[in-house]
Order: sequence, then structure tokens, then C-alpha cells
Amino acid sequence: MLIIGELINGMYANIGKAIKEKNKEIIKKCALEQINAGADALDVNCGPASRKPAEDIVWLVEAIQEVTDRPLSLDSSKPEVIEAGLKALKNKSIINSTTADQDKLDKLIPLAKKYNSKLIGLTISTKGIPQNKDQRLELAAMIVSSCVEQGYPVEELYIDPIVMPVNVAQAQTREILEAIKEFKIISEPSPKTIVGLSNVSQGAIARNLINRTFLVMALESGLDAAILDPLDRELLDAAITAELILNKQIYCDSYLEAFKKK
Amino acid sequence: MAEEVLIEKWPGTVSSVTIGALKNEGGSRSAIIKVGGQKTLPFLFKEGQIPNKPVVAFEIWDISPDDWHPELIKEYGTSLKDPVVWAEKCVNDHKAELLCIKLQGAHPDFGNKTAKEEAGLISQLLKKVSVPLIIYGCGDNEKDNEILPACSEAAKGEKCLIGDAVQENYKTLTAAVLADGHNIIAESPIDINIAKQLNILISDMGLSLERIVINPTIGALGYGLEYAYSIMERARLAALSGDKTLACPFICFIGQEAWRAKETKVEESQQGIIWEQVTAIALLEAGADILVMRHPKAIEKINSHIQELFGS
Repeated sequence: MLIIGELINGMYANIGKAIKEKNKEIIKKCALEQINAGADALDVNCGPASRKPAEDIVWLVEAIQEVTDRPLSLDSSKPEVIEAGLKALKNKSIINSTTADQDKLDKLIPLAKKYNSKLIGLTISTKGIPQNKDQRLELAAMIVSSCVEQGYPVEELYIDPIVMPVNVAQAQTREILEAIKEFKIISEPSPKTIVGLSNVSQGAIARNLINRTFLVMALESGLDAAILDPLDRELLDAAITAELILNKQIYCDSYLEAFKKK
Repeated sequence: MAEEVLIEKWPGTVSSVTIGALKNEGGSRSAIIKVGGQKTLPFLFKEGQIPNKPVVAFEIWDISPDDWHPELIKEYGTSLKDPVVWAEKCVNDHKAELLCIKLQGAHPDFGNKTAKEEAGLISQLLKKVSVPLIIYGCGDNEKDNEILPACSEAAKGEKCLIGDAVQENYKTLTAAVLADGHNIIAESPIDINIAKQLNILISDMGLSLERIVINPTIGALGYGLEYAYSIMERARLAALSGDKTLACPFICFIGQEAWRAKETKVEESQQGIIWEQVTAIALLEAGADILVMRHPKAIEKINSHIQELFGS
């Protein structure tokens, strides 16, 4: 599973403050902590409070690139912010994200092609959040066909089913897991799948337990990637063990440690 | 309709291990051997890079191998009495690029040679032949822990490949190899889980995964060849999928296993040579990077087979 660390987000108080005060050390430390814990890539989000996100994302990218060459996932709903980040980026990139709306797809797929970037496609549109598996599949199919039409390699595309908090949309969770399974049959080669994990436990008390139980179930459904908190040791250990049980990793007594040597 | 060839894209790479150090690198070898580094399964040249060819090492012993098959004894003649002469014969007459000196004579049951004697032999070999060296213990853990560190020190800076480290006994050898700048052979009993575990244990001591060669232990044709093949294939698939703890080149002791087969025991027969070749060919396809072999005729055939597969 591709692990994208979620902690560099202006929504968090320490990062928001660092962005405001232009304190690179906090950003660099947060980047390294996540990588040392097992993140393959890092999400970068200026947060809702940022007044000049196109400038802030460049500053964040530059700070992070001083300490790592891992891929960065540029997280914004504004294509111009993503493009500003892409221009500053030397590392590999992930565009986070496009929706299933045609105007977004027409802006972001060409950007992904131009910058040789992976692309996250959310199964959401201006019409609203999908309510069941079929609506998710329909939106995913729109994203996939747009990629095919524009000559973007589908295996670089990560479809996100939009995870809903289990405390408000309990009936949806099963639909989401099934959607993860069925996204794979939309096309050959199949798109990959990704979730923004912590949404599932939004507003709940036992957040860590809900996160890791859902992640294990999603892995069983064939999930390829997740944006999550890599510092949650129990979460990562559960994911590593799930991959072991699914025969995706070869067993050895120190298999948790083997993961760190990847 | 033309058939479409499916090309697999692997994210992983087998690590590249260098055996031997040239004069300007702190050693005294005239050439070095590189193994590993491939980005695909054996001989699938269209799928990914295969920068290094598999290589054959001639197996020689520190004592006369009196129980070897007459066919082998006839081939090497009196040189078997003196490991240095034997080594020179391999290099001069048979163009050996790599030698594997097995220190069988250190075994308590086969002469119990001392660490000093074996280290002396290694120094002499390094003086008399200039090809890279694999130094292989006698298989008795306690004795290997005496002789191998001494040999490692005697060969300091020559970037040898030294083995075997096993799960119950890897610390002494790992420390010696680390101190003297060599590479290590990690042996597991046809068991992929132990192979992975041992690599982690060794790398935890500070010896990088890029200096480990896996001895998966093998069986000859008719003696578990398929089992060894499947373990090697599975490990290589994991390596190419990105598991660094299994992404090491393989060393296979072909000669030792092939000549144990009862089919080779027939007097006045070339059957052993054929057995050694067939076992080697199969394991090349499984991903063997270093083949330790005995009979020069079998080795010659395998070398030309490798050349042919590489289209040269």
C-alpha cells in the first residue's frame, strides 16, 4: 500500500502557525517524522486559513524538498494552487485532486500529463456527494473515460470513493468498501484506489480504532493507497499485518521491522 | 492478429554486489565480478535491465577431496593435493573468473585445520591467483567462527564473498565481514521466511542489505530441484515487487548437490557432468547469480549457455 502522510496541513494548529510565521524547521521536522514512520509520500495542504495558497504551497514544497526526495501530494481544490506547487516541485508529484466535473478534469488531467504526475480523482461532483456504490462507480467511470480520452495512463490514476464519517453515514460504509472493489473492473488496466482515511472517524470518540479497522477492511477490498497519519503506530502495524495476511508480503518473524527497511 | 506481448513493470531492483577489489580500490585483484542489479526476471531482456551476467565460480578445497567422483579426480589430477596449484589450474587452464575455496579441512572430522593455517592459505591464494575469491566455511558453526574471522582478516580489503551465515550463527561472521570490507553469504534451508529473517538480522548489525548474497540451498535434479526453484522464484518476485529484504543475488552450490545424486555415481560415466549442467541450467532460470560448480566440462557448457542467452 502507498502511504501518504497527512500531517502537513494548515488545518493543524502547528502547521498553520508555521506557515504564518514561515518557520521551515517545523515543516521539515514534520516531513521527516512521517517518512521515518513509514510514509512513502507526503500530502501538502495549506489549510483553509491560508490567504495566499498559491504562495504558501510553493513555500511548503521548497521547505519539504530540503529534507526529502519522496513524492509530494499537492492538496488543493484550486487548480492554480496545484500548478504553482507543481512548478516548484523537483520530487515526483501527486495531484490531489480532481472531481468528476468536466471543467476540473479538463484542467487537471493536462496538468498531470505535463508534469508526469499521479492524479487523485474524487467520485464527487457539483451535483453533490454520492449516496451509494452505483453513483460512485458512475462518477469513477467519468473520470476514467476522461483520462483515456486525454491520453493519461489510467494506472497512474487513483480513484477516491469519498469516505463518509461512520457516525453520520453508517449505511454508506459498506457501499464504499464495495465501490473500492468494483472500481477495479471499470477498465483494463484498472485505476488504483485511495482513501482519505481519517474521514471515516470524523466526530467519533474511538477514532484510532475506527481508522485502523476500516483500513484493514479496505485493504481486503483491494485498496492501493491511503492518506493517513503515519505516526499512528498501531494503524500502520495493522495495515502491515493485513498485507501479510493477504499474502502481499512474505512472512518472517520480524515482518513489522521488514516494513521499515522497504 | 499479432499477439500482444505483455510487459510487466517492476518497481524493485535486485541489489548489485561487487566481489573483488582492484589495486586502486584497496585490493589486489586483476578484475572484479558484479552480480545482481536486474530489474526483471531471468533473461526477460525486453521487460527490464539485466546489467550483469550470472557467473560460475570453480569450487576448490583446502584438502584433497578424496571422496569426489573419479571423473572429477581424473580431470584435476595431482593438483587436488595442493589448493594453490588447483586454483592456478582453474584460472590458467580453464579460465576461471571466480574461485570458491571451501575450507573443508577445518572441519573437526576432516583434519581440524587451525584458523592460522586457513588464514595462511587464503593469503597465499590471494598472492598466487588474481581472480576474486569466495571463502566458504566447513559447515561446523563453532569451527567456522574460529577460521572465518581469521580468513576475513587475512583478505582484508579484497572484497571477498564469505559464508555461510545461518540463523543460529551469523553474528561472528557478520562482525568480521563488516570490519574487513567483504560481502556475506546468508544461508537458509530452502525457506523463504528464514531467508528474509536472516537478512534483517544481518542488516540490523549494520551490514547493508546490498552486501548480502542469499544461499537459498538447493537440491539437484531429482532431489528437490523444483522446490528450490519455486523458493527462488518467489523470493525474486517479492524483490522485484519492492521487498528490499529479499532483493539480494543468489548463490547456488550446484556442484556439491549434483554430484551427490546417485545417478552420478556410475563408474566411467559422464552422467555427473550432465547432472551438474542440467541442475545449473534450471537454476539459472530460477534466478541464480553465482553458480558454484565442479567439473570444467560442465562449467564450459554453462558459460557458453549464458553467453548464448545474452546473445553474445
